[in-house]
Amino acid sequence: MKEIKIFHNALKDVSALASKIKENQKKIIGYLCSYAPEELIYAAGFHPMRLFSSKSDIILAENHLQTYCCSLVRGILEDSLSGRLDFLDGTVFPHTCDSIQRLSDIWRMQGRYEFFADVILPAKLNTQSARTYMVDVLTRFKKDLEAAINREITDADLQKSIKKFNLIRSNLSKIYALQSKKPGIIKGADLYAIVKGSMIMDKDEVANLLPVIVNNLEKTDAPETKGKRIVLTGSICDSPDIYSVIETAGGIIVGDDLCTGQRWFEGLTLEDDAPLVAIAERYMGRMICPAKHSSPTARGENIVSLARKNKAAGVVFLLLKFCDPHAFDYPYLKEFLEKEGIKTLLIEIDDQQQNLGQLSTRFETFIHYI
Amino acid sequence: MSDKSSDPKKINCAKKMRDIMTTYYLDAMTAEQNNKQVAWITSGGPVEPLVAMDIIPIYPENHGAMIGASKMGEDLCIKAENMGYSSDLCSYARTDISIGGLPKPDMLICCNNICGTVLKWYEVQARYYNVPLFILDTPICHTRYSPEVAKYVRAQIDEYIIFLEKITKRKFDYDKMAQVGKLAYESQVLWQKVLNTTAHKPSPMSAFDAFFFLALIVTLRGTQIAVGFYKDLLAEMRQRIKDGISMVPNEKHRLLWDNLPIWYRLKWLSNKFSDHNACLVADTYTSAWCGAIKYTDKNNFLDSIAEAYTRIYLNIGVDQMANQVLDMIKFYDVNGFVMHSNRSCKPYSFGQMDIMRIVREKTDIPVLMIEADMVDPRNFSHSQVETRIDAFMEIIKQRSR
Repeated sequence: MKEIKIFHNALKDVSALASKIKENQKKIIGYLCSYAPEELIYAAGFHPMRLFSSKSDIILAENHLQTYCCSLVRGILEDSLSGRLDFLDGTVFPHTCDSIQRLSDIWRMQGRYEFFADVILPAKLNTQSARTYMVDVLTRFKKDLEAAINREITDADLQKSIKKFNLIRSNLSKIYALQSKKPGIIKGADLYAIVKGSMIMDKDEVANLLPVIVNNLEKTDAPETKGKRIVLTGSICDSPDIYSVIETAGGIIVGDDLCTGQRWFEGLTLEDDAPLVAIAERYMGRMICPAKHSSPTARGENIVSLARKNKAAGVVFLLLKFCDPHAFDYPYLKEFLEKEGIKTLLIEIDDQQQNLGQLSTRFETFIHYI
Repeated sequence: MSDKSSDPKKINCAKKMRDIMTTYYLDAMTAEQNNKQVAWITSGGPVEPLVAMDIIPIYPENHGAMIGASKMGEDLCIKAENMGYSSDLCSYARTDISIGGLPKPDMLICCNNICGTVLKWYEVQARYYNVPLFILDTPICHTRYSPEVAKYVRAQIDEYIIFLEKITKRKFDYDKMAQVGKLAYESQVLWQKVLNTTAHKPSPMSAFDAFFFLALIVTLRGTQIAVGFYKDLLAEMRQRIKDGISMVPNEKHRLLWDNLPIWYRLKWLSNKFSDHNACLVADTYTSAWCGAIKYTDKNNFLDSIAEAYTRIYLNIGVDQMANQVLDMIKFYDVNGFVMHSNRSCKPYSFGQMDIMRIVREKTDIPVLMIEADMVDPRNFSHSQVETRIDAFMEIIKQRSR
C-alpha cells in the first residue's frame, strides 16, 4: 500500500523529515513520554515530535548518565549532545520516571534549545485534587506556550487541535481493531511504521493518510493464517525487527500495552468540553503507564482484559533494561495473566542493541509452546 | 568504629539510641496485642499525623538499611530476583519484598518525594497485604515550588487526615497534632545542630556516626523521646569539642559524602578513610531530614509541611542540589568530595556527574565517584574501590602540602 510506504520512508531519516516540517515555518517541540500534551503544542502552532534514540554509540552522554540508566534516556541525551537533534526548537518533559526526571534537569542545564518546559503532571490519577492539579498544570503549560509564541491560544485553536488528534487516534484504533479481527491483514513492521510515523510526522499528513489505510484494510479479506495471537506489553518497542521476528516465529501481533502503541493513542478527548479539562480527563482515564497510579491492580486488570478482548494466546513482555516502573509490575502482571491461563514470555531489551538470532529462538520456542 | 588501640573515644549516646530503637521495635512487634495500628511509611513521608493519631510508624527503608548493615542483603536480593523482580531494582525494595518480617501493616503511607520507586514498591505491598494505600504525591520542583503544586499538596494533607480518620474510626486530634508538630520541628532543629557540630576542627563525629544516629529523626520524629535524645547527643558533641575529642584521631583531611551509605561496608570505609587521617565530616543524606526545615512553621505545622515535604533535597533540580553541595563544602570546610554512585537509587545518582562537574568548576577540591549499591554487595568491587580511595587520598595529601 503506497500510503504505508510513506510512513516507512518518513522513518528512514528523521532530520530530513524535520527539515521538511520546518520548511513550512513550523517549529518542532520534542518530547519523550506519552503524557506530553500534544494537543496544546499543536494548538500553539508547533509540531509535536516524539523523540526516539538513534541508537548511536554512547560517548558524550557518558559524562552525564551512568551505565545503569536505561538505553532510551542515554540514547536520546547522546543524540542531543552530539547535535543530531539540532532541528529541535524546544522540548517538553512531562514528569515520567526517576530517570526522565533527571534527564530533564540535565537537558535544561544544557540549554540547547529555545523552548523548555517541565509539565509536572500528577503521579496519581485517582483523586479529585489530582484532577484539579492536572488542569492547573496544563493551564500553566498553555501560558508558557503563549509566552513563547506571543499570542493567545484560544479555545477554538484547542478544539481544532483536539479534533485532529482524535482523528489520528481513532484511525489508529481502527487499524488495531481490524488487525485483531482479521489477523495478519497488516504486517507487524507496517503497524510499527504507522504508529511511530504518526508520532513524528506532520500531523495533517498523518490525519490524511490514516483514513485511506483504514479504508483499504476494511476492504481487504483476512489472510489465511495459523499464526498464534500475541499481545505485547512493556515500555517502548522501537525495533521493527522484533515485530518481524515474532511473525517469522509464527506469531501475529493483535494488540499492545506499549507507550509506543495503544497506550499512546487509545481513548479520545471529549470535543465539546472545556478543552484543558477534556485533555486532563483523557489522561486520567487512559490506559495507565506504570509510573503513574490509579489502583494497585489497575495494570493487571487492564492487561488481562486486553489479552482476553484480543483472544491472545500469549503475552510478550518487552521490558527495557533499567526501566524500574515496568520491572516492578512484571511479577504481578505475569501472575494475573497466568491465572487466566495466558502464557507469557519476558524479553529484556536494550534500545541500543538487539541480538535478533537469540530473540528468534526464544520466540519460536514460546510460540510453539502456547 | 575500629578495634585499634588508637581508637577515638566512643560516643556514649550510641547505647542510649540502641535501647530506644529496641523499645520502639518491641512496641511495633506487639502493636496488635496492645490494640495499636501499624502504618508502613516511606522515609521521606510525613509521619507526624501518624504520631498524633497514636499509630505506630514502621519504615521498611530503615529495615533495608539494617539488613544491609548486617550483610543479609545479597541473599534477600537473590530471593526477590527468584520471585521475578529484576536485579536492577532498588535493593531496599527487593529485600523488603522478599523478607517480610516487619509487623503487618494496617495501612500504607507512600510519599513519592524521594523517588518513583516507592510508589511501585508500596503498590506491591498493597496487593500483598491487601490494606489501604495512601499516596502523598509531591511533584518534583525542578526549578520552583509553584502555586499549583502548593495547592495540590496542601489538599492532600487534608485527604491524608481523612484517610487516617477513616481507618482508625477516630477523629483527628488537631491539638495533639500541634504538639507533635512542635516536637517534630524541635527535633529537626536539634538534628541540624548535631550535624553542624562537625564544622568544628577536628570533627567530634563523622558521617558514619550520622548514618547511625539518623535512625531516630526518621522513626521517632514528633516525639519527646527524639527531642530528649538529640538534646543529649548535642550536649555530648559540644562536650567532645570542648575536650578536644575527635572521631578521627589525627584529622588532617575533611571530606563530604554524597548519596546513601554503603551499609555493608561502613566499618571498612570508616577505617579506610581514618587510616588516611581523613574524616567524612558531613553528607548530603542525613541532612535531608532537616534540610527543608526553613519551610516549616512550627506554629502552623499542617499548612507548612506541604512545602517542607515537597522541597526536600531529592525532590529538587540537579542545579539546586549542586548549590546545596557547594554550601556544605563551604560550611564544613572540606577538601574532598566523595560521591557514591548508587545503582539502587536513580533519582539520587543520575545528575551526580553534573554535580561533580559543577563542584570542579566552582571549587578546587578533588571529587571521587565510587560505584556501588547501598545494600546489594554484588555491585561492590572491593579492590577497585580501595585503589581509587587510595589514589584520591594521595591527591588530597599532595594538595594540602
